[in-house]
Amino acid sequence: MVVFSWLNRQLLKMEWLFELIRLLVEKIFGLSIDERLGGSIHFFIYDFIKIFILLSVLIFTISYIQSYFPPERTKKILGRLNGLPANILGAFLGTVTPFCSCSSIPIFIGFTSAGLPLGVTFSFLISSPLVDLASIILLASIFNWKTAIAYVVVGLLLAVVSGTVISKLKLEKHVEPYVYGNKSLDIEQEEMTIRDRVEFSKEQVKDIIKRVWKYIIIGVGIGAAIHNYIPELLITAVLGQDKWYSVLIAAFVGIPMYADIFGTLPIAEALIAKNVGLGTVLTFMMGVTALSLPSMIMLKQVLKPRLLWTFIGLVSAGIIIIGYIFNAIGYMFI
Amino acid sequence: MIIKVLGPGCKNCVSLKENTEKAMKEMGIEAEIIKVEDMKDIASYGVMRTPALVIDEKVVSYGKVLKPNDIIKLLEKNK
Repeated sequence: MVVFSWLNRQLLKMEWLFELIRLLVEKIFGLSIDERLGGSIHFFIYDFIKIFILLSVLIFTISYIQSYFPPERTKKILGRLNGLPANILGAFLGTVTPFCSCSSIPIFIGFTSAGLPLGVTFSFLISSPLVDLASIILLASIFNWKTAIAYVVVGLLLAVVSGTVISKLKLEKHVEPYVYGNKSLDIEQEEMTIRDRVEFSKEQVKDIIKRVWKYIIIGVGIGAAIHNYIPELLITAVLGQDKWYSVLIAAFVGIPMYADIFGTLPIAEALIAKNVGLGTVLTFMMGVTALSLPSMIMLKQVLKPRLLWTFIGLVSAGIIIIGYIFNAIGYMFI
Repeated sequence: MIIKVLGPGCKNCVSLKENTEKAMKEMGIEAEIIKVEDMKDIASYGVMRTPALVIDEKVVSYGKVLKPNDIIKLLEKNK
């Protein structure tokens, strides 16, 4: 247990890095980290480096695992199941299947053409951006394992419940007709060798960092500002634990926004430090990742309005409910 | 021979097209490369991951940015 705790502190929380940067700021820049400027600079540098290191290691490792779960295989696995087990498996596979958001439409079309029930495809699509193997570890690094696991559990629940509700509503005819009746691609992609997988994982690291570094800088910047410049009173006035509207505000701000989940983590970290409720923060993170204006615009190409709005409404409602619940039970986690 | 590169326009699809052009130049093949960017058309090939390479309406690769050498091998196989 002691070993685990030490590993946790050094590998995930990177206490060594915290101390190293503290020395940098205090001895070389001559600023105290307990003061605004010093504190912000320290937060900025430490968080930035920490996220980058974790990101690279995590993405590599997880991409390697994910190379065993391409969407084509997921399609085959899910095609053999029905009902609730299919939804649950769909949500789980959404977590481990690699794909960038530009693939969500081809995947949606591919799954649906293969005959996968609408609800199962949605469970997959919801859990995919929401619950990400790498971000779980980052969450554990920034908060703790309890919180990370809680996030995964509610994220998957949201995906399964939303998918199931969508199946029950029988909205199949609200999918654009061209989506059905596409041929299924069954060419056997050759099995990847270990070298292929390593190459794939390296490419993923490069790709993802290229895509995501701007959001991380912005996220860390906002986090640093929240940490030290924006007065706590202002934050709690808008997002405080005791304010009934804080979850709603977090939802309204997060849902239309597009940012990578890695960029939201430093913001979440700073907000929690300023006493914002865990639920409010989770709502914000889930809103940013599960729904966004760009992805809704893309989905509009395959979903007719009623289904599209049902999807948006369900996921939004779920995110808000999760926010309220976790604000109430948050003390158990942090 | 009609060659198509499927992709919504992200950097990977551009790279695949360039690599394909290089491969074709090396083999001395003169053929049309058509870039397919419309999601519906891409999906009609059953492709879920882009970029994808199609030779004479047959999908020969998907989800990978092939290097010119790999493309040369595929072009040989599918002549």
